Amino acid sequence: MLIRYSLRRLLETIPTLFIISVIVFSLVLLIPGDRVLVMLGYSGGDIADVISKEVYAAMEIRLGVNDPIPLQYARWLGRALQGDLGTSPLHAIPVMDIILARLPATIYLALASIILGTLVAIPLGVAAAVKQNTWVDHLANGVVLFGLVTPGFWVALMLVLLFGVYLGWLPTFGYTAPQDDFVEFLRHITLPTIVLGLDFAANVIRFIRTDFIEQMREDYVRTARAKGLSERLVIWKHIFKNSMLATVTVLGFDISRLMGGSTIIESIFAYPGISFLLLQSIFNRDFATVQGVVIFIALMVVFMNYLADILYALLNPRIRYE
Amino acid sequence: MSEAVAVPAPPQLPSSYVAAWRTIRGIIANDRKAQIGAAILAGSIIVAIIGPYIAPHDVEEPNVAIRLTGPTLSNIMGTDHLGRDLFSRIISGLTVSLLVATGAVLIAVVIGVPLGAFAGYQGGWVDTIIMRIMDAIIAMPGRLLAIALVAAVGPSVGALWVAISFSSVPRYARLIRGGVLAQREREYVEAARAIGESSGSTLLRYVLPNAMAPVVVQITLNFPSAITAEASLSFLGLGLVPPTISWGQMLSGAQDYLEVAPWLAIFPGLALTLLIMGFVLLGDALRDHLDPRYHGRRRARKRAAA
Repeated sequence: MLIRYSLRRLLETIPTLFIISVIVFSLVLLIPGDRVLVMLGYSGGDIADVISKEVYAAMEIRLGVNDPIPLQYARWLGRALQGDLGTSPLHAIPVMDIILARLPATIYLALASIILGTLVAIPLGVAAAVKQNTWVDHLANGVVLFGLVTPGFWVALMLVLLFGVYLGWLPTFGYTAPQDDFVEFLRHITLPTIVLGLDFAANVIRFIRTDFIEQMREDYVRTARAKGLSERLVIWKHIFKNSMLATVTVLGFDISRLMGGSTIIESIFAYPGISFLLLQSIFNRDFATVQGVVIFIALMVVFMNYLADILYALLNPRIRYE
Repeated sequence: MSEAVAVPAPPQLPSSYVAAWRTIRGIIANDRKAQIGAAILAGSIIVAIIGPYIAPHDVEEPNVAIRLTGPTLSNIMGTDHLGRDLFSRIISGLTVSLLVATGAVLIAVVIGVPLGAFAGYQGGWVDTIIMRIMDAIIAMPGRLLAIALVAAVGPSVGALWVAISFSSVPRYARLIRGGVLAQREREYVEAARAIGESSGSTLLRYVLPNAMAPVVVQITLNFPSAITAEASLSFLGLGLVPPTISWGQMLSGAQDYLEVAPWLAIFPGLALTLLIMGFVLLGDALRDHLDPRYHGRRRARKRAAA
């Protein structure tokens, strides 16, 4: 059943992927000016000096600017599916290589945020649901409200102010690869992780709390209680699975914010992930890389959503039989 | 939370927009969270309108003698790197923030609502295609798309509106489509059709008012994300550019003076947070009362608390 469900969900992503690819392709058409020059990264000056006739002609052929748009799209999509996202005029290397070089940093940050968020959210969410209207509940509500109303980038600035400027405990920008120096890696990743992790935690707490209160009224809980199981056992027996369900649910819709929404966070901490790459490419007018990064992140988000769905079905059998 | 603001249980009579408004007023009158939210928003709107008249200083007038001074009696939030009054600039930023967010939300509603109604009314392949496109847009990282869009066409208020509203359109389309599907087969809708009302007028007079409650909730909760999106884009240098004043842009500039003038980073952020909080508190309270999906939870919470 699970395999059939996975396949059906996989088929369902195809129209989504198609529409996304059309949108990303169209973005480049919106850029004013000669598209051949745009994709070559032309940024002013005498064209003849910066771009040779051969280079121009090669790009003209690659884009096929005189062909009908649908044909251009099909050609672009075909190449993208083979992993060919073009060459960055700025770095003179394939866009895919640049993306893959930046990807680990972003993945570490996303993973660290999810781990931190989950570690904070599960105990707090469960405690809030079990001990309603106590200080734990108020604390949990406070964290949720804080996550909802404070813009992440402002929290980031305040953390830089506190830990960087006043206390001087942590570096406020840059990155060290974990294989080079693990301690430095942790020191650099801490502040951005707190910002993104807190946001994630707020959403998970909200889910766990409401979910738990609902669960406590379900028949199986009443049965368990009637059988004479202790309150503690009833709670803890169902904690794990249901907390996981809530986390996966939030993961499903938060992953796009962790990947795409972190642009501003990566930029504040000069954290060299793919979102920061996107921003740098925008300011360098390197649109080949911009287009590549956007389609790459979008595909990754759709894929992660799909994985979250499968994971959810795995944890919650009811979904599969709908 | 009094039961006096009982939500009309389905099946309900065809209500009108006036009745919908009355329900909302009832909620605000009875829920403390909604009251605080509404008060913050009312205050913000008033300040945004009369801002230019009450601002203590000219927002652009530099005064090098007092540059980067902390809060004093004449500059209660301090001054920036040119000696301009931060408080006056924050008031001006409020107007801009509300205008951009209102525009973006309005565009999303004006496109999303008819689109969802059309899809729901037509059904069949028209419905399938429209909703597939909506699903795809929801699946995309909205903020990222906004960044890419503004990067492609260049920063302007119009580009911001389109970029920010784009990813919210599907939310309205989905809500209204669901509402239309639920109401379409009701007897009163059939009756209206039978006495010769056109489908457009049936939609406006009977179907939409009944689907309005979740839309109002969505609008209130859409504002925080629109406000944050504008501030984020402006912070990144992809939104509003001087001489237009934006909180995001002010915070971006504050990064250079974190050590010497932390107030430049603190106050615009607090203003942003307060404005967002107004919408979140009001929106949450409205949702608790109006959105049927949350009723069970609210009751559960109450029962458990009792």
